[in-house]
Amino acid sequence: MSAALLIDILLWGSVLGVGLIAFRRGPPVFMASLREGSMDFINIVPRIALGVIGSGYIAAIIPQEVITGWLGPDSGWLGVATAVVAGAATPGGPVVGFSIGTVALKSGGGMPQVVAYVVAWALFAFQRVILWEIPFMPARFVWFRCAVSVPFPFVAAAIAMVIGKP
Amino acid sequence: MSEPSPKDPAPAEDADSEPRPGRVRKPIGWSTIIIAVLVTVSAGLVWRRDGADGVLDILTHDLSLFGGILPRVLAGCLLGAFISEILPHEKVSRSLGPKSGLMGLLIGTAFGAILPGGPFTAYPVASALLAVGADFGATIAMVVSWTLIGYGRAVAWEIPIMGTDFTLWRIIISLPLPVLAGALGRFVYVRLYPKPLAKDDEN
Repeated sequence: MSAALLIDILLWGSVLGVGLIAFRRGPPVFMASLREGSMDFINIVPRIALGVIGSGYIAAIIPQEVITGWLGPDSGWLGVATAVVAGAATPGGPVVGFSIGTVALKSGGGMPQVVAYVVAWALFAFQRVILWEIPFMPARFVWFRCAVSVPFPFVAAAIAMVIGKP
Repeated sequence: MSEPSPKDPAPAEDADSEPRPGRVRKPIGWSTIIIAVLVTVSAGLVWRRDGADGVLDILTHDLSLFGGILPRVLAGCLLGAFISEILPHEKVSRSLGPKSGLMGLLIGTAFGAILPGGPFTAYPVASALLAVGADFGATIAMVVSWTLIGYGRAVAWEIPIMGTDFTLWRIIISLPLPVLAGALGRFVYVRLYPKPLAKDDEN
């Protein structure tokens, strides 16, 4: 069984679970949230469509080599800072992000730098932020969340330096 | 500024007040416009470089990607709607609200870590939590925890591509970060908005 299938099962299982709880509160509650969720879905689809269908073009004009170049066997805090910028600027989905991380590791990037890259990518890859986070959440929250997240790739790199792992 | 606007009543101008479970978005906002411009410019550059074939290749690939994602987006929206309906608001604002302390950040972190699915689940659910009384700090802890220590992406992508060793250490290193990010969020928030949304205070 593939991981994606497992995640889909967990996802729909959770929907079913909370749906059941809502249903036991009474069918009106259930119907109201069903309608609410469907309306959210309908409202969000055009933006997701624009983002998902358009992101291929954005990814195509930012070649991966550019990002990998930034991650070169630089070391020290300048390397960490570069890795953070590279993580935020990485286009495309998880395959691209993690592949770049792997390439950086193999081409001699330091562990703290690669950890900083992966953490920064997870925290604020621009494509995920504009594609997913802003459509679903209040924009004010998203910018605030990104701003307070800025120190944490550096914290992760510092921890990696201290414990000497991975 | 006017992002979380109430749904049913005539949309108030001071839309920051009381984001309710009925989160509605205008179909076209400034962020949509920016993305549209970005996509158009990129597609134009691809067209100049690779011709119409290049544009079509990407389009068909991304259309199939989109088709695969749609059911999950629906699941995420339903999950968010059900959760905001069944969670008792007072209890949420007590355990995840501005005064929930370290416990609230830990609950947010745990919640983000066990949440199934991808961005199509995490953000609708986080938005629902905000709507039913969680504060920015606890919600930040949840979102950061989902992205850094959630198992979904790690199992599906990170372990196969980067290897188990790297992934596990990366997650261990990330363990303290959601609580720290949530704490920093709270610390900054109360200083940035000293009298937070006075109208919102349920007296």
